Amino acid sequence: MTITAEAANSSSLAANIRAAAVRRFALTDSVFQTLTRLSAALVLVLLGGVAISLVAGAWPALSHFGWAFLVTESWNPVTEKFGALAPIYGTLVTSLIAIVIAVPIGIGIAVFLTELCPRSLRRPIGIAVELLAGIPSIIYGIWGLFVFAPFLQVHLQPFIIKLFHGVPGLSSLFSGPPYGIGLMTSGLILAIMVLPFITSITKDVFDTVPPVLKESAYGIGCTTWEVTRRVVIPYTRVGIMGGVMLGLGRALGETMAVTFVIGNAHRISASLFAPGTTISASIANEFTEADGELYTSSLVALGLILFVITFLILAASRFMLMRIERRAGS
Amino acid sequence: MITLIRSTALATMAVALSIATFPASAADITGAGATFPYPIYAKWADAYKKETGIGLNYQSIGSGGGIKQIKAKTVTFGASDAPLTGEDLDKTGLAQFPMVMGGIVPVVNLEGIKPGELVLDGSTLADIFLGKITNWNDEAIQKLNPDAKLPDQAIAVIHRSDGSGTTFNFSYYLADVNADWKEKVGVAKALQWPVGLGAKGNEGVANNVAQTGGSIGYVEYAYAKQNELTYADMINKDGKKVEPTADAFSAAAANADWSSQPGYGVILANQPGAEAWPMTAATWILVYKKPDNPEATADALKFFAWSYAKGDEMAGALDYVPMPDNVVKSVEEMWSKDIVGSEGKPLYAE
Repeated sequence: MTITAEAANSSSLAANIRAAAVRRFALTDSVFQTLTRLSAALVLVLLGGVAISLVAGAWPALSHFGWAFLVTESWNPVTEKFGALAPIYGTLVTSLIAIVIAVPIGIGIAVFLTELCPRSLRRPIGIAVELLAGIPSIIYGIWGLFVFAPFLQVHLQPFIIKLFHGVPGLSSLFSGPPYGIGLMTSGLILAIMVLPFITSITKDVFDTVPPVLKESAYGIGCTTWEVTRRVVIPYTRVGIMGGVMLGLGRALGETMAVTFVIGNAHRISASLFAPGTTISASIANEFTEADGELYTSSLVALGLILFVITFLILAASRFMLMRIERRAGS
Repeated sequence: MITLIRSTALATMAVALSIATFPASAADITGAGATFPYPIYAKWADAYKKETGIGLNYQSIGSGGGIKQIKAKTVTFGASDAPLTGEDLDKTGLAQFPMVMGGIVPVVNLEGIKPGELVLDGSTLADIFLGKITNWNDEAIQKLNPDAKLPDQAIAVIHRSDGSGTTFNFSYYLADVNADWKEKVGVAKALQWPVGLGAKGNEGVANNVAQTGGSIGYVEYAYAKQNELTYADMINKDGKKVEPTADAFSAAAANADWSSQPGYGVILANQPGAEAWPMTAATWILVYKKPDNPEATADALKFFAWSYAKGDEMAGALDYVPMPDNVVKSVEEMWSKDIVGSEGKPLYAE
């Protein structure tokens, strides 16, 4: 009798303790959940805030020029006639050059580091690549202006201009006086700047390929090239794409290094050696001294366009990935 | 190693202490604006602080930013390389006066041509920057330099990429002497340049000119001197050849009729006088005539008066040109007349 009562007592005590613990856990759980949810919401609020303030700031220019703003090359602070075509062109072309150069080299370095490199070399090269990412962009700009541009001007550009002289298409793409700075130089500097991003992400995702996959491929007699081409790259394409997009994002928005070496001319030229400008370089150059509502607002509108371009490219890459996934799945 | 750590710790403490003591000292004068006069303002402020204990907090964010900030009343004074119009001054209740002057010089990179061996006139300079003259052996340049051996080389035009008071004064001069420039390009701190490539800041233009063969650009005199660039002499309004020197800049200022414009807003481009350098430029200060914080403005005026009185030598050392005495006198008279506190009492007394 007493024993059962005691047992009942102790079991109800245990139940109480358990209930209290569960309540406590429920409380901490909900607090934690709310906190994480708020953190996530903060990102959306920030993004929304940036978008709204960009649109509000750009509105005077957008309503004044309309859609023509996007396709007008003129950028004349004296007559207050502004158009974004030249900066958009420069932004896209320099980023394209950077990606075209950096992606194959980056993937090449990653393949070498993960598949071919002697173990003793792996760490030094890997660390060197990552150090490249740590160099501030202003250093790239100064180096580009003082070392790289004169080198291009004296050695590479005259040679290339002569090489393609008379070749239809290419001759106009690589024409004009060799200034040393211009779209091509900016693209090359950007390529160096985005290379570590692409390389280190590609290397990391290559490392995630399960050894058993590679071993079975080697086991049925595949060459290293075939393993890389048919096993490693297909397995890691999402990660590679992510690295490329990260690099592209950096190239699109890079400001200081580009400002130093692009030539800052609001013009669209057929030649890649000609000076041009990018969206972020224009803003960096002109914002401090821009007076007049329309001028300031046009610069903010440039920022809005960069925002939209970055968003579109991100969306496009997501869409591409989805299609690849679906095809791979079927 | 231990001494190193100790000295680092001491240095950190010293920095922390000095930061901590700053707000305790007398209220600093706050100002914002033009980058061109920043070196001399900083030098004056340093000497002034040693003498009076009152410091200057000057943000060299550009003339446009300076005008915006003084209009928003976040600073005691604004500084601009381009003067406000009389209408703008009346509307905002701002007083404007020139603080210091400098010269803009054309710089070139031509093999075999040393500083001062090339002569240009305003109209030719404008044609070069318009892209109408594209080669150094062009007749127009050759005619001005009968003795010089000019190469058969394309001209690479280098201009400022950022908005700048230097560009404003340079384009003002070109528009004054060349109708085509006035019509096609105009006058502003940033322009739609017909040719050439842009470089950021005076130092950017100086560097690009230094490393681009056949190039021509324009910089503040100090940058041409410090970078040992080849400057060109100019033919001035009186048809005389002048070299860019502090005396030539002063001559341009001396002949100017400062009272002709509201707020002393005289652009010193193309001034008359046999000795006058045609591309001389002043930089201005903006303060409220009836400031919300009269003490702060009174402090600022004291600093400016001190700089006018004792800053000439320091200005000269940095290749700036101090304001002529008659202008200073007129400015100080204007202060004691126009700039008043809440009860209409002048904030400045000589």
